[in-house]
Amino acid sequence: MENQKNKENYNSRIMRYIKKSYMLYIFLIPAIVYAILFDYMPMYGIQIAFKDFRPDLGFAGSQWVGFKYFKMFFESYQFETLIRNTLVLSFYALIAGFPIPIILAFLLNYTTNLKLKKATQMVTYAPHFISTVVFCGMLFVLLGTDGIYNQILGVFGIKPIGFMTKAENFRHVYVWSGIIQQMGWNSIIYIAALTSVSPEIHEAAIVDGASKLDRIIHIDWPSIMPTAIMLLILSAGRIMTLGFEKAFLLQNNLNLDYSEIIATYVYKIGIQGGQLSLSASIGLFNNLINFALLLVVNQISKKLTKVGIL
Amino acid sequence: MKRAWWHNDKKFDIVVTILVVSILIFIFYPLYFVVIASISNPDLVSAGKVWFWPRGISFEGYDFIFRDVRILRGYMNTMIYAGCGTAIALFITIPAGYALSRSDLKGQKIIMLFFVFTMYFSGGLIPMYLVVKSLGLVDTRAVLMILGSFSVFNLIITRTFYANTMPKELQEAAEVDGCNVFQYFIYVVLPLSKSIIAVIGLYYAVYHWNSFFNGLIYINNVKLYPLQLILRDILISGQTIDTSITDLDMIKRLEQISRTIKYGVIIVSSLPVLMIYPLVQKHFVKGVMIGSVKS
Repeated sequence: MENQKNKENYNSRIMRYIKKSYMLYIFLIPAIVYAILFDYMPMYGIQIAFKDFRPDLGFAGSQWVGFKYFKMFFESYQFETLIRNTLVLSFYALIAGFPIPIILAFLLNYTTNLKLKKATQMVTYAPHFISTVVFCGMLFVLLGTDGIYNQILGVFGIKPIGFMTKAENFRHVYVWSGIIQQMGWNSIIYIAALTSVSPEIHEAAIVDGASKLDRIIHIDWPSIMPTAIMLLILSAGRIMTLGFEKAFLLQNNLNLDYSEIIATYVYKIGIQGGQLSLSASIGLFNNLINFALLLVVNQISKKLTKVGIL
Repeated sequence: MKRAWWHNDKKFDIVVTILVVSILIFIFYPLYFVVIASISNPDLVSAGKVWFWPRGISFEGYDFIFRDVRILRGYMNTMIYAGCGTAIALFITIPAGYALSRSDLKGQKIIMLFFVFTMYFSGGLIPMYLVVKSLGLVDTRAVLMILGSFSVFNLIITRTFYANTMPKELQEAAEVDGCNVFQYFIYVVLPLSKSIIAVIGLYYAVYHWNSFFNGLIYINNVKLYPLQLILRDILISGQTIDTSITDLDMIKRLEQISRTIKYGVIIVSSLPVLMIYPLVQKHFVKGVMIGSVKS
């Protein structure tokens, strides 16, 4: 009897819940459909990395060939160059790009002239919204042998530098232009962390005779350090997901030895060359390394800062 | 005890100001130079005589740009892609973000995992291309509107916004009045969502405007090219000259002023984004703040 009643109660609760909340699931349908079509279907398609893909047979119907294409990639003469270029560019960008937004945030935080602060924020955030194509186009016209920067150098009697034509300069141009483009935007999060430091701590420090530099070292830096470590670890977990667009756009036949990275190679042999299974397996190799890195980095992050991303 | 000079706050302020002003100039100057070079006499620019202000004002470059069929078509295409794409993106993201912010949504954790997983692992370019192809979307306008119109990062921002701003009492009061979830969403939640719609709408619009990759991969038909692909041809591959032009004198002149045309193209293509940018900068920054609360 009691049981019966409970069951009825339970059933009616479920009914009430469904009546009240089922519409919430309808709200999710477009997003779920998108994720299935454009995220999970491609994941299902990863199997072609282990198959001889034939378009007429589809993902499932093609013949299994095991690790044939992985072996082909590991033994190819480009393997070393691709891995080296991808890793060097990522680590260079990571190490050079990490401290600069923090320094900018400190500088802006201690800028007493509010107009100067606002203007600098507005100008340094702007390049973030310029498209990669236009940004690379600007690099070509401004850094060309007869571009404005070489004209400026010429005034000081310095011979034109082949920023864009010398292959060895590719890495520097790639990394430092990226820093210029993103430093303002990346500083926002640090500025937010700095403004959340309680002003009373600063007031107390001023009473004790601390200089601004003392306050940066002993108050501000410790308060943004967790954010900084977290972001550093997060970007370390993205080492292999180096952007395709910029490397592709800055690439030419002269700098290929430095500019060919995994992402551009996959595009070339897959989309342009039609070697679908081979390029799918290179892509998968890249994604797997990246995913493994992410898991490792996440564990380290949990140990160090007690914050994980997964 | 006398401390080192860098502990003197006045001197510290001076150093900070000098550094900030240098950064400001360092980033502002190239942007400014592109503007003045685009409206200066092309011959003076290439002779290195334009430095701080425009000289021999000339709109010759712009004249060619506005007559270039490729640019006009690319511009129109991108406006369509960005407009429709943003509408689709909001339709997907806003309701989903709201639903996920509700604590009474059963299975919330699993659904979040389902979405978040896609941020960290993907099928890669080739399987994605094959899926898009099998859906019959290659070389259609739809592909550029749909792809990129859902980002899990924006979903998280939206969810965080709703979780922090929608009072539970409001929802309970509406339920007592017999409002169902759908009515509540339309009449109560949406009118209170202007700021989040502005923030993520802008993110998506800028994404679509600047998007290059999807056009490169999925579009072969020149008539469907988005602006960024045209820009690549002009700025990077150096195809400054519209192939439909046959007048030899005109081609010669175009070659002479190709650099000025490039400066002009940079301005014209970035104008929409840079024009709304000062007005909406606060919204952009707000998105980063909301996002950083819980991600």
